[in-house]
Amino acid sequence: MSKTTVSRRGVLKTGAVAGAGLAAPKLLLADGHAYTNAPTGSTVTLGFNVPQTGPYADEGNDELLAQQLAVEHLNGEGDGGCLNTFTSKALQGNGILGKKVEFVTGDTQTKSDAARASAKSMIEKDGAVMINGGSSSGVAVAVQGLCQEAGVIFMAGLTHANDTTGKDRKANGFRHFFNAYMSGAALAPVLAAEMGTERRAYHLTADYNWGWTQEESIVASTEAMGWETVNTVKTPLASTDFSSYIAPVLNSGADVLVLNHYGGNMVNSLTNAIQFGLLDKVVNNKDFKIVVPLYSELMAAGAGENIKGVLGSMNWNWQLQDAGTKAFVKSFGEKYGRPPSNSAQTCYAQVLLYADACERAGTFNPCGVVEALEGYEFDGLGNGKTLYRADDHQCFKDVLVVRGAQNPTNAYDTLEIVEVTPVEQVTYTPDHPMFAGGDLGTCNPGA
Amino acid sequence: MDAILLQTLNGLDKGSAYALIALGLTLIFGTLGVVNFAHGALFMIGAFCAVTLQRVLSLSYETIDETQKDFLGNPLKVKTPYVESWFGPDVGGAIIEWSVPLALLFAIPIMIGVGFAMERGLIKHFYKRPHADQILVTFGLAIVLQEVVKYFFGANPIQTPPPDALNGVANVGIIFGMDIVYPVWRLVYFLFSLLIIGAVFAFLQFTTFGMVVRAGMADRETVGLLGINIDRRFTIMFGIAAAVAGLAGVMYGPINAPNYHMGMDFLVLSFVVVVVGGMGSLPGAVLAGFLLGILESYASTTWATTTIPGINQIIIYLVAIVVLLTRPRGLMGRKGVMED
Repeated sequence: MSKTTVSRRGVLKTGAVAGAGLAAPKLLLADGHAYTNAPTGSTVTLGFNVPQTGPYADEGNDELLAQQLAVEHLNGEGDGGCLNTFTSKALQGNGILGKKVEFVTGDTQTKSDAARASAKSMIEKDGAVMINGGSSSGVAVAVQGLCQEAGVIFMAGLTHANDTTGKDRKANGFRHFFNAYMSGAALAPVLAAEMGTERRAYHLTADYNWGWTQEESIVASTEAMGWETVNTVKTPLASTDFSSYIAPVLNSGADVLVLNHYGGNMVNSLTNAIQFGLLDKVVNNKDFKIVVPLYSELMAAGAGENIKGVLGSMNWNWQLQDAGTKAFVKSFGEKYGRPPSNSAQTCYAQVLLYADACERAGTFNPCGVVEALEGYEFDGLGNGKTLYRADDHQCFKDVLVVRGAQNPTNAYDTLEIVEVTPVEQVTYTPDHPMFAGGDLGTCNPGA
Repeated sequence: MDAILLQTLNGLDKGSAYALIALGLTLIFGTLGVVNFAHGALFMIGAFCAVTLQRVLSLSYETIDETQKDFLGNPLKVKTPYVESWFGPDVGGAIIEWSVPLALLFAIPIMIGVGFAMERGLIKHFYKRPHADQILVTFGLAIVLQEVVKYFFGANPIQTPPPDALNGVANVGIIFGMDIVYPVWRLVYFLFSLLIIGAVFAFLQFTTFGMVVRAGMADRETVGLLGINIDRRFTIMFGIAAAVAGLAGVMYGPINAPNYHMGMDFLVLSFVVVVVGGMGSLPGAVLAGFLLGILESYASTTWATTTIPGINQIIIYLVAIVVLLTRPRGLMGRKGVMED
């Protein structure tokens, strides 16, 4: 009669090994190196992680439409869009490295934990080699960290906080969207030209990471040109009625109100400011002005007539006249019947850039992709010449200063381009104090 | 001085919304004993009644204007609302412009209907269940309703501007020889809330129906023993409470653009208002609504936020803690309500 002895330690060891084996995403040897989710069949899977529910669901939906369009173009369907204007000719419309592109989607809900969970699911269960999308800096930082740990590439969607490519930068993460510092650098000269250099600014700032970095950036750039900052007031993210924050502005001696708000916060705070007649006031012998440093088309539509004449900045706008923009707007407009938003353009460009990097690197290995993207200069995707800087994985390109259209002729004509700020004016050094404290580390292939 | 007056006005205005929602919540709790977490959703549905009417009135036909181009370079499709073609641009334009006040008429039957459906279809099955069950089911219902609205209207806020005649600002400081401007529509909202609150109190105080309802709130069983169908009256009160929340939502649209989540934004605050005012107390709900609105407004002044950073974010909850520690039944709470 045999006796089987089972020790507690033995069970734990066996369990740990079995658990690790089951939990880990598949690591296969491909291209001579092991990396996470190496595609072995005739397809490759991309993960599109966008807000499909929650306050930014419309923005997420626009991102998803653009990502689907990008997949069509990569697979040789449709009119090819920006594949015809992209300076790199590596993409041939036959998928990526000959593999047909497929995609899975996740819902970030604009919550960091939900976004991480959906990205994790796409990586571990669906075998996604790249995660793209999102509409919040908190989400971007959280998902970027996850992708770094998991060994896949993260091509960020809409994220504007300096920290994404500052203190929270990661080797596996890349940001095509501009940032708060760039907004300040682009806006300041236009503000000086239109409003003068002797202004007193009052800031209302959404009380979370993005709001703080934007306030810091705009205060720095406006004070550098001579403006005085009267007050900076943090407003809870959950605020809906900003009237009690607007009323003190009337008695503060400020002649400019800067709204460091986004989404519903911005729509409500701007609406409230207009209700209180701020734009009809004269303070310090100057016409009172409002500035919204970060605009989006969907916010502009939500704010309606209230944005008329209000200055802000954008990453990209469908009214640009470069070849890449025209090609993308034509593809998107003919397919969906309306112009794309700048978050849609960001996601579209990011998907093509990832695919192009794989083609140029000849591999899906994240380290090969990172090498192909670092220091990469290109054109033809909108915004003119663009550089993915190796030091921090931040894109550097022209930035737009826009104004709420005074006399819109149709539903999409909500913003007009005031200036295309050249990239040189918004470029900063990698060790700039606003971006300090971060370390890219090394790329993680997941092996 | 002008800053204090401005913040007081602003607090009264904020308090109007809190008081109207809390009034409906208290009505439902006081009559049916239900903790209705879907009440914020009724406020949101009211706001979307205004959005719907605005869209119905703006229904348009398209004509092609060859002289203008759209974003793809095709001839522009110009939309003309039917009401403008039927009644002329001036009258038709005015009808669309006054869509929010007109929506009050549109919203009353709809909100009463929604209230009846909600009470008869779902909530009545939970009368004898614990409050935790009621909270769960009504909270779930609120989520379902907001997702339905999001499905049809999207997640982006939708502007419902006030009529031009009630837009802009009024100098309210002229009485005191000061220059204090305040949005006209917010003054309208404040007066409207006083009117609705007054109407609800008058209805309960001066009508036979109201007297029976008040008696039922005090002692449901005894009123039932008198042969009065108190349940039917309480169902009607649910409909009235839904209409109050809905009308508050309709008129709130021009203050902040309606979005599917606006009910949830108000829900927690309104419950704090009800608790501070005293569970089941209608005057308490109104008093606490205005009081917390004013305190929140004062706490957002530059002086307050620089003296105690963050006070604007916690003041309401701070007051709630102090009130509950010193007066556990709230400011005007009655003995025996929500007490075992």
